[in-house]
Amino acid sequence: MASDRRIGVLARHLGVEMDFESHTATAISASPTSGFQGNSVFSHVVRAPEDPILGVTVAYNKDPSPVKLNLGVGAYRTDEGKPLVLNVVRKAEQQLVNDRSRVKEYLPITGLADFNKLSAKLIFGADSPAIQENRVTTVQCLSGTGSLRVGAEFLARHYHQRTICIPQPTWGNHPKVFTLAGLSVKTYRYYDPATRGLNFQGLLEDLGSAPSGAIVLLHACAHNPTGVDPTPQQWENIRQLIRSKGLLPFFDSAYQGFASGSLDSDAQPVRMFVADGGELLVAQSYAKNMGLYGERVGALSIVCRNADVAGRVESQLKLVIRPMYSNPPIHGASIVAVILKDRNLYNEWTIELKAMADRIISMRRQLFDALRARGTPGDWSHIIKQIGMFTFTGLNSEQVAFMTKEYHIYMTYDGRISMAGLSSKTVPHLADAIHAAVTRAA
Amino acid sequence: MAFTTAMARRLIGRKSVIGARSMSSWWRNVEPAPKDPILGVTEAFLADPSPDKVNVGVGAYRDDNGKPVVLECVREAERRIAGKLNMEYLPMGGSVKMVEETLKLAYGENSEFIKDKRIAAVQSLSGTGACRLFADFQKRFSPDSQIYIPVPTWANHHNIWRDAQVPQRTYHYYHPESRGLNFAALMDDIKNAPNGSFILLHACAHNPTGVDPSEEEWREISHLFKVKNHFAFFDMAYQGFASGDPERDAKSIRIFLEDGHHIGIAQSYAKNMGLYGQRVGCLSVLCENEKQAVAVKSQLQQLARPMYSNPPVHGAFIVSTILGDPDLKKLWLKEVKVMADRIISMRASLRENLEKLGSPLSWKHITKQIGMFCYSGMTPEQVDRLTKEYHIYMTRNGRISMAGITTGNVGYLANAIHEVTKSA
Repeated sequence: MASDRRIGVLARHLGVEMDFESHTATAISASPTSGFQGNSVFSHVVRAPEDPILGVTVAYNKDPSPVKLNLGVGAYRTDEGKPLVLNVVRKAEQQLVNDRSRVKEYLPITGLADFNKLSAKLIFGADSPAIQENRVTTVQCLSGTGSLRVGAEFLARHYHQRTICIPQPTWGNHPKVFTLAGLSVKTYRYYDPATRGLNFQGLLEDLGSAPSGAIVLLHACAHNPTGVDPTPQQWENIRQLIRSKGLLPFFDSAYQGFASGSLDSDAQPVRMFVADGGELLVAQSYAKNMGLYGERVGALSIVCRNADVAGRVESQLKLVIRPMYSNPPIHGASIVAVILKDRNLYNEWTIELKAMADRIISMRRQLFDALRARGTPGDWSHIIKQIGMFTFTGLNSEQVAFMTKEYHIYMTYDGRISMAGLSSKTVPHLADAIHAAVTRAA
Repeated sequence: MAFTTAMARRLIGRKSVIGARSMSSWWRNVEPAPKDPILGVTEAFLADPSPDKVNVGVGAYRDDNGKPVVLECVREAERRIAGKLNMEYLPMGGSVKMVEETLKLAYGENSEFIKDKRIAAVQSLSGTGACRLFADFQKRFSPDSQIYIPVPTWANHHNIWRDAQVPQRTYHYYHPESRGLNFAALMDDIKNAPNGSFILLHACAHNPTGVDPSEEEWREISHLFKVKNHFAFFDMAYQGFASGDPERDAKSIRIFLEDGHHIGIAQSYAKNMGLYGQRVGCLSVLCENEKQAVAVKSQLQQLARPMYSNPPVHGAFIVSTILGDPDLKKLWLKEVKVMADRIISMRASLRENLEKLGSPLSWKHITKQIGMFCYSGMTPEQVDRLTKEYHIYMTRNGRISMAGITTGNVGYLANAIHEVTKSA
C-alpha cells in the first residue's frame, strides 16, 4: 500500500524498525512542533506600524466626511481634485499599443538603453561634457526609491566610506533606504523652524565636520518635505565645501521641472557639480514630472572620472540589480523614451509640466492670501517662498491632529502639506482649518 | 527663472579654484564584474553574424518561427486598459485584485486558506523580486536560519539569498548518471538538515534540469518535511508551462497544503503570461490565522518600501484584467497550453532526430524532463564546440532552452549535438 511504502521510506530514513503487520509506526510521529500541528515559524512576527506617509491616505480613505481633504502623499491633482494623466503620456501609450511589433521581452539588467541616454541628457544637459566623454553610467531603476537603493547598495560595497549625511528633515523613506542598503546614516542641519527657511550656517558647519569622504544626500530642487531650497549662491558655497572636503554628493532629483516649471533651471545644482569635473550620483524619478507614479520609472546615474571607470561601475551595478529584481519594468520607461525622443512630444510635455507647476504656485498664492484675509496670527510668507509640491506649514502635531479631527484635513504629522492636493475650491476650507488650529489648538 | 540660470552660470564660470578634489576616481579600485552566465549567452548570440545561429540559452518562449510571442489575451487586455486607467501609486502590497487572482492559481480556486484570509501576499517584481523579498524577510525574522538550495538550481537563487545575507547550504537533486532525480540522496539531505530548516523547492519544471519529483515522491518529501518541521519555500515560475495545465503544475504545492505545511510561494507571470519585461509576480506566505497574515504582510511591505516603494502597475493591470474576465481567462489557458504543447512536441522531435542519427547515447531524458529546459548532459567542452563550430548558444552547464527549438532548426541542432557527443 502506498501509505505503508511511504512510512517504510520514512522509517528507512530515520533508521527505525517497522512493524507492518500492525500498521503502526510507534517511533514515528509528527514532532510536537511540526508544521502539521499548525505552528507557524513566523508566529512571532508583529504587525508593522503604518507607513507615516502612505498611512495618511489609508486614514483618509476611511473617513466618510464629504469635506475631507487629502494633503498627504505627493501626487498631483487637478483643480478638480482628480489625478492627471498627461496628454503626452496618453499619446505615447497609444503609440506603444498600436505598434504590433513591440514585444514584452526582458529588458537588459540596466534597462532600456534609449531611456537611459535620454534621462542622462535630461538631468545633465544634452551638451554635458560628462556625457560626451562617456563618463556617465546610467541604469534604469524603479523610480526614485529604486535608484536611491541601487546607488546606496553600490556605495556600501565599493565606496570606502559607509556614512551618508542626510538633511534634517528629509523624506521619511530616505533613512530606511540607506540603512537597509548597509550605509550608516547621519544628519546635517537643514531646516530652520524659526525662519521656516534654510539653516545655512548649520548646514555648512555640519557638512564641514562630516567624516572624510562621507556621502552627502542633496535634494536637487523642491526639498521634500520643507520646500526650502538653497539659492544659487548658497549652492555654490555648498559645492565648494563638498569638493574641498572630498565628500561625495548623491542627488535625489524627484521634481525636475516641477519646482520652477523649467527643467533646465531645476537641474542647475546638479549641473554645477558636474561642471567642476568631479564625481557624483543622481537618482532621477519620473513619478511626478511625467505623472508616471505607479509605473515606477527612474534612473540612477553615476558620473565618473573617465569612461573606463564608468564601464566597470556599470558592471557592478548589474550585480546589485540582478539579485533584487533581475531587470526593470519596461512599460513606463518606454513611455518616457517615446516622449523624450520626439521633439513635438517633448515640447508638449514641457508645457504640461509648466502648467502643473504654475497651478501649484497659484495654490500657494491663494492659501497665503486666504490666511492673510482671515488675519491668521503668524508670518505665512514661507508658503509662497517655499517651492515645489510641499509646504512645511510649521504646524505642530497637536495642531495637525486637531485639523484632522475637526476639519477632516489629512496630512503628515510633521506639518507638511501637499499643495498638489489643494484646489481653488478647497483652499478656503484649509485656511479655516489652519486659522482654527493656530488660534485654538496648542 | 532665467535669472537663476544665468546667475548659476556666472558662478560656475568663475574658474573654480576649489574645484573637484584630486584627479583620481573614487572608483578606481572597482573591478569589472563577471558577465551574468545566462544573460551573457544572449549577448554573445546577438553579436554573432552567422545565418545558422541558434539561441537555446535564455528561457524566454519563442514560437515555431523563433519569434517572441505576445499572447492574444495580453494584447486584448492592453487594448482595454490603454487610455482608461490613471497611473497612481499602487499600495505597497501591490494590486489587491491581481494578488487575489494569483493566489487562486497557486492555492486553488476555492482554497479555504484564501477564504480564511490566512495568506500574507504582496505583488512582487516577478519571481526574482518575490524570492528576494522572502529572503530579506527570512533574514529579518528568522535571523539564525539558512536556506537549503537544490543542486543545481537557477544561478540567481544563490545571488538572491547571498545579497539578503542568509547563509546557504545545498541538497542533492540532480542525478547525472540517470539524468533524473537523485531521490535517495535528496531525502538523506532533507533528513540530515537540522529540524526547522528553510528549504527551497521548485514547484514544477525545475530550472535548469527539467527533472521533477513524481507525485508519489512529492508526497514522501512532504511527509519528511512534516517530521523534520522544515519550512518549504516554493519557487513557481512555470505554472501552466510544464504540463499545459496550471492545476496539474501546482500539484506539489497542493500536496504540501493538504499535509498542513505553512509554506511560502514565489509566483511569476514572466513565462506563462509572456509578461517578462513587465516584472509581475507575487510572494505569499501561509500563516496560522488572519491576524498573523496581516502582521506578516505588513512586514513584507516594510521591506518593499525601502527597495522600490510600491510595485509597477501596468503588468498587474494586465494580469487582473485577464484573470478577472472568464473569457479572457479561458483564452489565456488555451494559449498557455499551446506553448506547453509546442515545447513537448519539440522534446519529442529532438529525441527522435538524435535517435535517428544513430547516437550511441540515450536521449530518453529529453522527453522525460519537463518544462522549458532540458539538461542535456553535455559537458562544457562539448557546449563550447557547439558554439564555436555550429553557432549554437546555450549555457555551459549543458542546459538547452526548448523554447528556442523550432521545426526549422531541430534537425540542425540534433545533428550538431550528435557530432560533438558521438565519441563521448
